[in-house]
Amino acid sequence: MLYDFFILALNNLKRRKLRSWLTVIGIVIGIAAVVGLISIGQGLQEAVNEQFASLGADKITIMGKAGGMISPFASEISSKPLTERDIEIIREISGVEIVSGLLMKSLEAEFKGEKKNILVYGIEPEEYSEMFESVYTFYKGRALDSEDKSKIILGYNVANKDFEKKIGVGDKIKINEREFEVVGLLEKIGDPSDDSSIILNIDSLKEMIGNEEIVSMIFAKINPGADIDKVAEEIEKQMKKERDEKLNEEPKTFVVQTSEQLLEAFGNILGIVQAVLVGIAAISLFVGGVGIMNTMYTSILERTKEIGIMKAIGAKNTNILTIFLFEAGLIGLIGGVIGVSIGIGIAKATELIAMEALGTRWLKASANLSIYIGALIFAFLIGVISGTIPALRASKLKPVDALRYE
Amino acid sequence: MSRDGGVAPQSLILRNIMTELIKLQNVCKDYEMGDSIVKAICNINLVIKQGEFIAILGPSGSGKSTMMNMVGALDLTTRGDIFLRGIDIEHISESELAQIRGKDIGFVFQTFNLIPTLTALENVMLPMLFHDYPRKERFERAEKLLERVGLSHRLSHFPNELSGGERQRVAIARALANEPKIILADEPTGNLDSKTGEEIITFFSELNKEGKTIIIVTHDNEVAKKAKRIIRIKDGQIIEDKFIKEKK
Repeated sequence: MLYDFFILALNNLKRRKLRSWLTVIGIVIGIAAVVGLISIGQGLQEAVNEQFASLGADKITIMGKAGGMISPFASEISSKPLTERDIEIIREISGVEIVSGLLMKSLEAEFKGEKKNILVYGIEPEEYSEMFESVYTFYKGRALDSEDKSKIILGYNVANKDFEKKIGVGDKIKINEREFEVVGLLEKIGDPSDDSSIILNIDSLKEMIGNEEIVSMIFAKINPGADIDKVAEEIEKQMKKERDEKLNEEPKTFVVQTSEQLLEAFGNILGIVQAVLVGIAAISLFVGGVGIMNTMYTSILERTKEIGIMKAIGAKNTNILTIFLFEAGLIGLIGGVIGVSIGIGIAKATELIAMEALGTRWLKASANLSIYIGALIFAFLIGVISGTIPALRASKLKPVDALRYE
Repeated sequence: MSRDGGVAPQSLILRNIMTELIKLQNVCKDYEMGDSIVKAICNINLVIKQGEFIAILGPSGSGKSTMMNMVGALDLTTRGDIFLRGIDIEHISESELAQIRGKDIGFVFQTFNLIPTLTALENVMLPMLFHDYPRKERFERAEKLLERVGLSHRLSHFPNELSGGERQRVAIARALANEPKIILADEPTGNLDSKTGEEIITFFSELNKEGKTIIIVTHDNEVAKKAKRIIRIKDGQIIEDKFIKEKK
């Protein structure tokens, strides 16, 4: 029986093809935008998760905090920067296996006469390679060792893209007028800032900037079996003591974060951004719904007499309601199918463009079947909900009035 | 399908025990036209029994369309009561009324009123859809009915591909779909040439002989001649209600 009503509804849509399609477009745009944005958002989330997974769940990151800003660059402008002294304190805490400081600085690098400002990471070679073995892989050359004071490693983009001429192992680069020899080329990581950086020994970097104490970040890896949250708490406590900060307050000049907390913080920000974007897209869906309502009202006006005929030959109010709801639902559903397809297309295109133009693998479209099915159901519901008021009106028409209507 | 369809032929002969199908009791219908109220019909008392062939005759503006709406239970009265097979239609829900109407009355309109997006066959199947007949039965019955009105070669044609006479025959087949006791026709020949019109009226006569109650609303005296009872309306009142002697 429902099938027959479905066919009746489909016939009616076909009768006013142009108008049906125009109405469908309203839904297509909304659904495509929502699906596209959610796919990209999800992809981004997954990429972030992946990055953190490669970082490992056993890492604690300590960053400087200055004026509420938390970043690797906050330490040096903070009233109480992170220093070698902090590294010593952390090293003494039980449960900590390795501690490693990282110093970041944007410096001028020169290769064959071409000068560029490049982010330079000063690392403690042994600790660093132990801590980040998964992302510290080379397609050419080797890692630094602690004796390498005049050797550097290049990120993938520095070696291949950032300078006009490609740089290879054995080439010499001048950083702040000091000459370094390239010993290793890193594989592409996917994060543009990492891929466009140069890595050298932290001691050499300290010498160049003339400060022996300050570091940008501190990483700690915990012992297997240790409770990461407890270790992080202890680190925070000891550092507060060192800084004479109150123990029961949030730390003022630094932040201790476990990988999980970092992931969470990142996820929250992503979630908010995504919610705002999807919210904007949802407005267009609402407009699409109003479009359906408008079309349904017009269609009911045009078919008033037909409604009268159907009522005269025995159609109950619910029969008329069913036909019109099917029509509105169909508009939504067709819009949904096309919208989802276009949305997937948009997400994939964004992924490709991001990879080509920005060199990042973070903007990824994530194919998630439940989102697509959800979007389809949602589109159908928008149709049905927008169609409800017009359909109710149609179903309540009095047969005699409807028949008299010309 | 019909509850007492089987006894229809006898009821023709035994008029005095014929069942009351429709009863109008002191029925009035007013329409609001701006500030004033127009009385379309007033104090109509009428009993229509099974097997009758009635012509409701009157010039335009006489209230006969209102009569047809009342008799066909398409509209509610301003005052008075309408009984459809003993049921007071004022006191049942709109959906129940639609069901009773669809079951007991087959409508034939002057402008045919077929659904343009449906084929002849689908148009005839439609009333049965609203009464939950299974698809197969709908299909078979509709096919038979169209054959009955001589349109078995036009099953899959759309209304705009049919002539006026053909359309009216599809409409009649549709009116017969739910095996109603009453066929209510509003100026059924109004949009047809006289020869086709005559054929349609002859067809109504045949249906009447099979036991259907036929009510034709018309302004055409020629059409009325075939009827066995003529009700004349003027200014919203019944001015004449006479039974024509049957030959038998």
